[in-house]
This record gives sequence, C-alpha cells and structure tokens, in this order.
Amino acid sequence: MKHARIRLPGEADIHAVLVNDDHSVQLADGRRFAEDAVEWLPPAEGTVFALGLNYADHAAELAFKAPTEPLVFLKSPATLTGHRQVSVRPDNLLYMHYECELVVIIGKTAKNVSREQALDYVAGYSVCNDYAVRDYLENYYRPNLRVKNRDTLTPIGPWWVDRGDVANPASLTLRTWVNGELRQQGNTSDMVFDIPFLIEYLSSFMTLSPGDMIATGTPEGLADVVPGDEVIVEVEGVGRLVNHIVSEAQYADRQAQTV
Amino acid sequence: MKQGRIVLNQQARRVTALADGKLLLDNGNPLADTSPWLAPATGTVYGVALNHRSLLEQLEADFQQPPYQKAPATPVLFIKPRNTHAGHSSAIALPTQAGKVFAGGALGVVIGKVASKVAEDQALAVLAGYTVVNEISLEESSFYRPAVKAKCRDGFCPMGPWLVDAAAINPLNVEIRSYLNGELAETNHSRDWLRSVPQLIAALSQFMTLQPGDVIIPATPLRQLEIRPGDTVAVEIDGIGRLENRLIAEESAQ
Repeated sequence: MKHARIRLPGEADIHAVLVNDDHSVQLADGRRFAEDAVEWLPPAEGTVFALGLNYADHAAELAFKAPTEPLVFLKSPATLTGHRQVSVRPDNLLYMHYECELVVIIGKTAKNVSREQALDYVAGYSVCNDYAVRDYLENYYRPNLRVKNRDTLTPIGPWWVDRGDVANPASLTLRTWVNGELRQQGNTSDMVFDIPFLIEYLSSFMTLSPGDMIATGTPEGLADVVPGDEVIVEVEGVGRLVNHIVSEAQYADRQAQTV
Repeated sequence: MKQGRIVLNQQARRVTALADGKLLLDNGNPLADTSPWLAPATGTVYGVALNHRSLLEQLEADFQQPPYQKAPATPVLFIKPRNTHAGHSSAIALPTQAGKVFAGGALGVVIGKVASKVAEDQALAVLAGYTVVNEISLEESSFYRPAVKAKCRDGFCPMGPWLVDAAAINPLNVEIRSYLNGELAETNHSRDWLRSVPQLIAALSQFMTLQPGDVIIPATPLRQLEIRPGDTVAVEIDGIGRLENRLIAEESAQ
C-alpha cells in the first residue's frame, strides 16, 4: 500500500491519503482526486537524517575514501518539499546537482536496536532528491546547511510504501532522469552502510521516533541542473518523484502569485 | 510576559507567569505546582558553532591547516533535533562510555513570524522572544564533519523555563551565567560573539525560511564546563530565567 500526505487546492488541511495504482489519491472520507489535482507534501514529519558518501562509487567520484563511520547530517523541515513541486537554483552558481536516494521511514520508537531487529522499526520507504549546491561547501560540519538545507532543495515523496511491499530494500535500482535523459543509475546493494546498520548506529546514541526519515545516500552519476530542467528520481518498487528547477526570479514570481 | 509549557494530566499546557510570580494555566486557572516542564518552543533548533571569540582564538591556527584550509566564511550551523529537546528541571542522561560531556550555557532566540530573506535591521521584528538553552555536547576534537553523535543525544538541548517577550531583552547585551552544583562556573557575554543575533537571523533566513517556534542558539563558548552524572547544572540570563537540570548516568535512565 502507498501512503501520502496532500492538500487540496485552496485548503489548509493536510490529508493522509492512500495512493491508488493510477496515482490518484483516496481521502479518508472516500473522495478521490487525480495525481495532478492535489498538492503533494513530504510523506512524514520528523527528524530527517541524510547520509554522505554512502555509496563507494560516489565517494570515489568525489575523490573521497569511503568513510569508516557513517557521515550523517541533519535536515530541517525548511528544506523539504513534495512531489511535482519546484526547487530553486540560486543565481550565479557553478554547480548544483541532484542526488537520488532511498528514504527509510521509521514507524516505531527505536533506541539501542540491533541490526538483526532493525527492519522491525521501519514503517516503509520513500524517495528523495537531496540536491546540493557545491559552490557553498565549506570544511566546517561539511556538508553544511547552506549546501544541503536550503528552501525547496529536498523534494521527498511522492508517498511511502509499506515495508512489507518492498521485498529487499538492499537490492533496488536508483535512477535519475534530467529532461528525459537517464543520467544517474545505481543500486542500493552498493551502500557502504546498509539500512539495518544505520538504524543500529543512530539508535545507539539517540532515540528514533515514528516519522523520522533516513535518506540513505546516492550513487555516482551527478551532473549540474539549471532552471527549466525537469528532474525525476526513481527508486525501483518505491516511487518516482518529479521536480522542476526554477531560478530565484521565477520562484519569487510563483510565490507572489500564490499569496 | 513570560510563557512556558508544562505537562498536566498527560497533556501539554501553556502557562503564564504574572508580575507577582503567580502562575496561570492557559484556561485562566491558577497553578501552584509547576509539574514537569517542556521546552517553551517546539520548532527546529538551529545552533551556531564557532561564533564565540574564545573558541575562534583557540582554533585560529588550526583553521589554516587541513582539513579546514581556511576560516569559515559563513555561520557554521547545526541542528538539535527533537529527541534532544527537554524542559526545565528534567533529568538528563549522560553516556558514561563516550568521553567527556560539556554544558553549553546559551541564549535561545525564538522566532515569532515566518521569516525569509530578512534584512539585518528588520531582524528583531520577526522574533517572539528569548529563552535559556543548555546546548550540551560531547567533546569535539574536530569541526570538519557534522557533530551528530556529539550533539544529538536524547535530552542534550534543555530549554526554558520561560519564553520572554522580545521587547524585554537587548540581544546585543546579554550575559549568560552557568552554575555547577550551585557554584558560578562560567560567564559569557554577547559582546564576545563574532556575529550578532540580527546578523545571524539575516544570514540564516537568506537561504532557509524560519518558522514561528524555531529557535536559534547564537553561540556557545569554548567547552570548559564538564558535567557528570550526579551534578546539577543551571544556566541563567537576567530577565529571561534560570534553566536547571539534573544529570544522571545513561544506564539508570532505562
């Protein structure tokens, strides 16, 4: 089963919905809306963890040795956006790239969980595009918030899929298309630290709660994206998340229209 | 006005302190017992590292070396996630096998309005007010990678007891005193911060929209106030309040 959070046009209420095979959504009251008739929100609310350099090939691409301990950073709700939304490329940049990632959604309070038990704490899986603005990298708490926690630069969704509907999260193909052209491809089997390890690691020093999300890192194949680009990230058997890049000026115009 | 949040009959409730010190519940009822306190703000907590001159001066030479290469050009930010948030008088569990743990007496700047790309001279207008924070951390030997393991343990960000109206405080003139078992152990002052509260609000809101209830911790000093299970640590700021917490060993917390 697929679950999402949406808003109807012009309404403030957030609805938890089920998603049908044709991507239409079903509200609790039975009403049904097409995929393009609703505003898709991030699929959960909680602490968002993200992994850096968690695919050996990507680490090599960035001229890094794979880390010996997970490189974890945090995101705030400020940076999250949903399916079919826009992401802003700041002006005067050299390099902003997408990152297709499998997201784990925690379903049960987890503290000191062993890797053998770890998947029992997973509600399901989602997809994110963990954009990075590389121009803004500094060597302090790297990757810093200015690179990774900007407004609109973490699309996540469209939905989450029940854990039981994903037979093996350690063998899923990740793909990114820019304007219809396949640009990034990898497989979750290449993660340096797998999902059970990450849950064991994080829960060894902090409590994870329902709604917490772990973006598990991205494989090689990064490239610059610019205003006008359509970027689609997909995790096999989980979902396909569509996003469009806009300029600062285009975004300001959109904001002015919605006020 | 001073506002706090407490737990009463398993529900989060707002309380207000009157000028005579009496407490009122959100429905106007009197309250004689401040039951368990909650953090007075519920949004994202952003911390600013390396914004205290004591720390910068000590690290200046290191910052020219690998892996840093050069001093930070923009505020060095971190997030204290929701599992770290705790209230006044809560017991905080310290790990016993993870090295030294340090208190971090600090100001908490609480956002009151949605704030995006705010100019420095307009920054104070987006505030709800101020609270007291203890930004607890393990010892940090490096600032190269995000300090999740050091800073994001359960209960490592007590805040409160009060959220005090913004108009009551000048954030350019704040003295923060930390007490260990009742003895004054550390004093630091906003004049020792590299970037001021208005400068930080302008810098953060330039790329992230701040929401009502979000908190900015403008600075924590050089870590020198070590805390251990059995200690009581308090952080006090005149006009805002005194945040006191007991420290226990992690094992006994379970």
